[in-house]
Amino acid sequence: MNIASLTIDRVREGLRGREFSSLELTTAALQHAREQNRITNAYIDFSEDRALTAARRVDEKLAQGEDPGPLAGVPVAVKDVIVTKGVRTTCGSKLLANFIPPYDATAVERLEAAGGIILGKTNCDEFAMGSSNENSAFGPVRNPHALDRVPGGSSGGSAAAVAQGTAVVALGSDTGGSIRQPASFCGVVGVTPTYGRVSRYGLTAFASSLDHIGPLARSVRDAALLLQVIAGRDPLDSTSADAPVPDFRAHLDGQVKGLKLGLPREYLKDLTSETGDLIAGAVKTLSKLGCEVREISLPATDYAIACYYVIATAEASSNLARYDGVRYTIRSASAESLTDMYRNTRGEGFGAECKRRIMLGTYVLSAGYYDAYYLKAQKVRTLIARDFANAFAEVDAIVAPVSPFPAFKIGEKIDDPMAMYLSDIYTITGDLAGIPCMSVPCGKTAEGLPVGLQILTRHFEEARMFRLADAFEQAGGGN
Amino acid sequence: MKITEQQVRYVADLANLRLSDEEVRKFQADLDEILAHMDRLNEIDTSQVEPMTQVLYGAEETATLRADEPRPGLGTELALANAALAGSGYFKVPEVIKR
Repeated sequence: MNIASLTIDRVREGLRGREFSSLELTTAALQHAREQNRITNAYIDFSEDRALTAARRVDEKLAQGEDPGPLAGVPVAVKDVIVTKGVRTTCGSKLLANFIPPYDATAVERLEAAGGIILGKTNCDEFAMGSSNENSAFGPVRNPHALDRVPGGSSGGSAAAVAQGTAVVALGSDTGGSIRQPASFCGVVGVTPTYGRVSRYGLTAFASSLDHIGPLARSVRDAALLLQVIAGRDPLDSTSADAPVPDFRAHLDGQVKGLKLGLPREYLKDLTSETGDLIAGAVKTLSKLGCEVREISLPATDYAIACYYVIATAEASSNLARYDGVRYTIRSASAESLTDMYRNTRGEGFGAECKRRIMLGTYVLSAGYYDAYYLKAQKVRTLIARDFANAFAEVDAIVAPVSPFPAFKIGEKIDDPMAMYLSDIYTITGDLAGIPCMSVPCGKTAEGLPVGLQILTRHFEEARMFRLADAFEQAGGGN
Repeated sequence: MKITEQQVRYVADLANLRLSDEEVRKFQADLDEILAHMDRLNEIDTSQVEPMTQVLYGAEETATLRADEPRPGLGTELALANAALAGSGYFKVPEVIKR
């Protein structure tokens, strides 16, 4: 058994066939992950006790002939912005370096109830703000495909762990591309479900109208199963959707002939030539599968970055107000008054990118600027969502690049925030519209850097998205 | 300049963020560049457009209110477990009112 290339199905087979116990697999997976973590720094913490307890539970169920659940024994990594009861959850921030959550996120609870084994918490940009994982107080993550390059962000640790083989699947979070972009950079599958498809209860809030939890995996099949387990209405998140969750795996049947796909011309303008070639190759593969690909237009795309960085920072400035030195462990040692204590704690605790976004968000919400920025951005958001609605009247799905370029070098963009923001251009639109979107590998550059193809569908049409992605993957689209 | 140094300091106060002089200069430059990009929003006519106040507006699925029934909460001990400073069942903060 090769731990680094395990699939959910392979774990199930191995457990059912008594080839290994859940405890044996978990012990081996933890040891492997600890060793490999020296290379990438993908994990911040390992949750060994919790993992071994969960593994014993799976073994007991198996011994008693009970169903141990669809994720039984599967080693899972969880992004460190998702709370885990009793297991430190840092959000990649100095401010939460000692934070031990008193409850579990709903997604965490569901994946453990399904038999999943949480190996540990993965590194990420501080409070999920960043596109390179360089904004972590716990050090950058290295891309397993090229150690001098970023894994993408903000779910860089989750993507790197799955790519490196130190987890079979992982949970990430996506507000402006934080699952799809690192998935693309690390050559794995990353899924941002419909807004509300997965409960945000226990996901540390960044921008509440844009935040999603979603899976990262080495195959569409595994990503679909993980989403299956975590999706569905949760009374603890009033924005979680009370919509039926179809059997996603049942849709992985290769039936994509005749599907109408739109290729937005606004998403092809600024690609590096290699990314452009790989996307063109992917389109060719889809055409060979019988899909009908046509060019479409999403005219509001040019305004998406501006729209996103108004809304996301406004919401962030409000959400991050809670880190005030009172409830969350770290407090500045130097403070005479209450206000000083707040200011010093936040000034000492937040990293540069969080401060920049809090400043920007506070500015756009401040008296006299609300209409010019926030209200204006919300109107533009309507136009971006309308673009997609218009497109979906003509096509069944949209295919596009995830990022204009493959993984960049560590340090390359960190001093240029605007350049970093612009790199989110093709992923933020899906979040703004709240539609499901994903990245599936579509090949590598000459240097061996992975590139992802993005697939977007209508609200709640993840099943169609998975069917197309799976057919593409099965046709060798990732090679 | 879209934003002055004085405005940067004002916004930092609103956000309860202590910034060094160096940070003030850096953020003034950064915010200036980003706000200039955001001005692009003014190129697009939105006079006939409603703001998007809900992500799945009109979707029945999210129109949900639970029954207003009491449920157990975290409890004082757990709620205070991560406090920077706590005692006697309270969060402790620096003195607010001088005796």
